[in-house]
Amino acid sequence: MALTLTHYLVLSFILFLVGIAGVLLRRNIIIVLMSLELIFNSVNISLAAFSYFLQNLNGTIFVVFSITIAAAEAAIGLAILVAVYRRRQTAYVDELDEMRG
Amino acid sequence: MEQFFFYMFAIAAVVSAVLVISVRNPVHSAFYLIVCFLQVAAIYILLRSPFLAAVQLFIYVGAIMVLFLFAVLVLDIGREQFRERFHGQTVPALAAIAGLFVVMGILVVSGKITAPLGPFDEPALMKNTEVIGKSLYTSYIFPFEIVSILLLIALIGAVVLVMSGQGKENKG
Repeated sequence: MALTLTHYLVLSFILFLVGIAGVLLRRNIIIVLMSLELIFNSVNISLAAFSYFLQNLNGTIFVVFSITIAAAEAAIGLAILVAVYRRRQTAYVDELDEMRG
Repeated sequence: MEQFFFYMFAIAAVVSAVLVISVRNPVHSAFYLIVCFLQVAAIYILLRSPFLAAVQLFIYVGAIMVLFLFAVLVLDIGREQFRERFHGQTVPALAAIAGLFVVMGILVVSGKITAPLGPFDEPALMKNTEVIGKSLYTSYIFPFEIVSILLLIALIGAVVLVMSGQGKENKG
């Protein structure tokens, strides 16, 4: 029995859930950003798997763009983290409640 | 054989992902995340996409993770690691995750989301990088340029965000 699309989709789905759990459960904002990268990766796996199984390179090109966006997001997120940490001396999401969110 | 490698990489990826969100020290988290990214690069190789594997190694492992490690080291967040690491919304968060698990599990397992293995396009598989490059510079030239502008904006934005705090500290 060969590998099917479902194998890759289940892997991507499990990684996505682990990423969501990290975003929702952890307090440290840097772990939240790392979990966001996990979510990006899981979506990229499913895009690449569809691209391979449909024999269509558009999915691969979307993965390239998605990785670029992830790099921009990580740079901006870490810059915001550095600015917030300088001002508030904390890196816990539940203590950053100035906007009453 | 291919299946054996898939299961090896997939299990390693999931285990390291779980370790990322469960260990206490952010530096250890970053290293487990690097392990997870390496497994994902191997999965791209299994999907006959060596270009994506190389991009994954260069950008994620080479750039993004180094940025994360620098942030952890500069901010010295690890010092506060003995405080509680999960916050007070654990029960609703776990309920949301379980709901998502059930919905997506039903969709995937019932075979609603599936695709047949298409006819192999040998040139596209053999010259993966060449075909992607041609496609990026012809039919995807507009998004390509937009993404380059977006990267420039992110670069300037990151510098401005970090610089402004520094300037105020120096003046005050």
